[in-house]
Amino acid sequence: MGQKDKKKEKKKPVTKYTESGIPLKRLYTPDDLKDLDYERDLGGPGEYPFTRGIHPSMYTERLWTVRQYAGFGSSEDANKRYKFLIDQGQSGLNVAMDLPTQLGYDSDSSHAQGEVGRVGVAIDTLDDMENIFKGIPLGKISAAFTINAPASIILAMYTVVAEKQGVPRDQIRGTVQNDILKEYIARGTFIFPPTESIRLACDIIEYCQKESPRFNAISISGHMNCAGAYSVQTAAYMCLNALVYLDELVKRGISAEKIASVLAFMTTMKANFFENIATVRALRRKWAKIMKEDYGIDNKRAQTLRIMLPADTGNLIIKQPLNNITRTTLRALSAVLAGAQAIAIPCYDEAFAIPNEESSRISLMIHQIIAHETGIPDVADPLGGSYYVETLTNQCEEKMNEIIDDVRSRGGMLKLIEKGEIQRQMTSQLYQYQKSIQEGKTIVMGLNKYALKDEDISKYEGELHEYDNTIMDRQIEKLKKVKAGRDNEKTEKALKELEDAFRGSENMMHYMIEAVKSYASIGEIVGTLEKITGGRFRAPTGV
Amino acid sequence: MSTDKPVRVLVAKPGLDGHDVGARAVATAFRNAGMEVIYTGLHQTPEQIVQAAVQEDISLIGLSILSGAHVPICKKLMELLEAEGIDDAVVFIGGVIPYRDRDELKKIGVAAVFDQNSNFEEMVEFLKKNAK
Repeated sequence: MGQKDKKKEKKKPVTKYTESGIPLKRLYTPDDLKDLDYERDLGGPGEYPFTRGIHPSMYTERLWTVRQYAGFGSSEDANKRYKFLIDQGQSGLNVAMDLPTQLGYDSDSSHAQGEVGRVGVAIDTLDDMENIFKGIPLGKISAAFTINAPASIILAMYTVVAEKQGVPRDQIRGTVQNDILKEYIARGTFIFPPTESIRLACDIIEYCQKESPRFNAISISGHMNCAGAYSVQTAAYMCLNALVYLDELVKRGISAEKIASVLAFMTTMKANFFENIATVRALRRKWAKIMKEDYGIDNKRAQTLRIMLPADTGNLIIKQPLNNITRTTLRALSAVLAGAQAIAIPCYDEAFAIPNEESSRISLMIHQIIAHETGIPDVADPLGGSYYVETLTNQCEEKMNEIIDDVRSRGGMLKLIEKGEIQRQMTSQLYQYQKSIQEGKTIVMGLNKYALKDEDISKYEGELHEYDNTIMDRQIEKLKKVKAGRDNEKTEKALKELEDAFRGSENMMHYMIEAVKSYASIGEIVGTLEKITGGRFRAPTGV
Repeated sequence: MSTDKPVRVLVAKPGLDGHDVGARAVATAFRNAGMEVIYTGLHQTPEQIVQAAVQEDISLIGLSILSGAHVPICKKLMELLEAEGIDDAVVFIGGVIPYRDRDELKKIGVAAVFDQNSNFEEMVEFLKKNAK
C-alpha cells in the first residue's frame, strides 16, 4: 500500500451507531430518500400513516400537555403540590402514588413500613382520593395515574370523585397506566399472575370504551427503555404488548376499532437525540399499519397512536447534578420534535430523591421556554423530510419488524414473558450497557469524563425533598377513622360481591366502584382478590 | 480464605421498589467473575432475606434500594441478623443512597455503599476480600 493510500486508510471515519445498533453515515442526501413516497410513507400530520404527527396543526394550535409527575405524602400534601403546579403552568396532572398503593397494600400493612407517602401519595380509601382533588375541577383538568396492578380500584375512585363534583362518567378525562405486561419485564409493580392481571386490565379497557370513552384506559408503556432495552426494541415490545390486550378484548367480542380508540401510549426519551425522534415516528407509522392492515381499521382515531413522552430518568447523574437540567432539556426537545401529545420532564435532583419545589419549577420552565421562547411550536413537524431523520425512521421501522417477527416466531410476547426470556435478554443488555459506561465507552459527563476529583455533593443533598416520617402514623390514624365511620355491613357486602364476580368472568369495574363507594380500602379489595389467586405472584427475574 | 470454592453472594431487593436493573447488573457481573450468585427477585421482606441467607449459608448480602427507604430497611435487617445470632454477615448496599445517610448506615453495620460511581471490579474485589 502506498503512502497516500495509507493516509486515506487512517482518515476513514469510524462508523457510528445509534444505541439500537443502526449504522450511521456521516451525511445523508436526497439519494437516501429516492424511494420515499410522501403519501405512502409520510402523509401530512394527521394523515395516515401519521409519521409526521397525529394532528394537522400539531402545536400551532395546541401545545403538548405539560404533565409533570408529582405527588408525595398525604392526600392533603399532594393536593397542595398539584395546586402549586397548576398555578405554575402544569396543564394536566400526573399522579405519583406511593409503593404500598401501587402494590395494593394499605398504609397499616407491615409491608408498607418505611414506604408510606415516600415516592408518591398514599391512597388507602376513597377519602384520600377526595382530598387529593379538593378544589381541582375534574371537568377542566385531566389526571393521569401511574398505576398498574390496582388500576381498576384507582379508576373506580376517580370516577366516583368526579361524579361527586358533577362530572359524569362519559366526560371524565385522564389515564390509568394499566399496562401490567411491562410491569413483569421492566417495572415490578405486579401483584397477580399474568392471566388474572390481563383480565383486570382488559376489564378496564372494555368498561372505558363503553362508559368513559374520553378516558385513556391504558397507556402502553416503554419502561423497557430503562431496564436494558434500546429504543427500537422497546417500541417493538410496546406493539406486541398492546396486541396481547387487543386480541384478548377482540375475543370478548368487542370491535378492534372501539378498543383501539381508548388506547394511549407512552415511552421515554433516552440520550440519543435523533434516535428518540425516529423511533417515535416509526412507532406511529407501524401502529397505524398494524391497525389498518392486520385489523382492518379505517377509523382515523383508532389508527392514531397518541403518545406521552417523558424524558427518561435512568440517566440522571449524582455527580455535577445541575447538568441533569441540560440532559432533561435535550430529551424534552426530542419529545417535542417527535410530536408528543404530553411531556413530563424529571427534575435534576431526582438522581437523589423525589424533587423539591425549586427543581420542580425549573423543569416546568423547560416546557415553557421551549413552548414560548424558541418558536419551535410555530410549524408542524419541522423535521419532516430531513434526509437523515426519514432514513433513520425507515431503519427503525425495519428493526422493529425484525424484533416483532422474532418474538412471534418464538411463541409470542406473553409466552416469552412467562418464560422469562424477555427478562433474560434485557438483563444481558443492561449488564453490557453498565459495563460500557464503566469502561468509558459510553460517555457520561461528570461521571466518566470531566469528573471532578473529591466532588462535594452535600450542597445538593442539603436541599432535597425531605421525607415526612410522621406520615405513616397519620395515615394509619386516618384509615382507622374511615373504617370506623363507614357502614361496615355495606363494605362487607360489596367485598363479597366483588369476590364472587372475580371467580366468574364478569367485568370487575362495577364491583370495584361499589366497593370504593363503601369505603373499602385498597388492601381489603386486593386481599379479597388474593383469596382467589392464592396469594401474590413471583415473576421470573431474568437472572 | 479458601481459594477453591467459589465466593457465594446473595443479591436482594428488599421492600416494594421494583427497579432492579442495578441488582440484575451486579448479579450478572458477580456471576461472570466466577461467583455463585443467588438473586432473590423483587418484593422481599427483611425476614425473607435473612431466611434466604440462613438457608443458603451465605454471609455476603447485597441490598439494592432505590426508593429512599434504605435506613429503616437496613436497621430492620441488621436487627434480624443479630436475632438469628449471625455475627459474620457482610452487608453491602447499592442504589440511590444519598451521601448524607452513609455514616448512619455504617453505624448500623453496613460494610459498604456502592453507587453510580462504582464499577464491577471494585465490587468483586470487595466481595473476594470479605468472603469466608
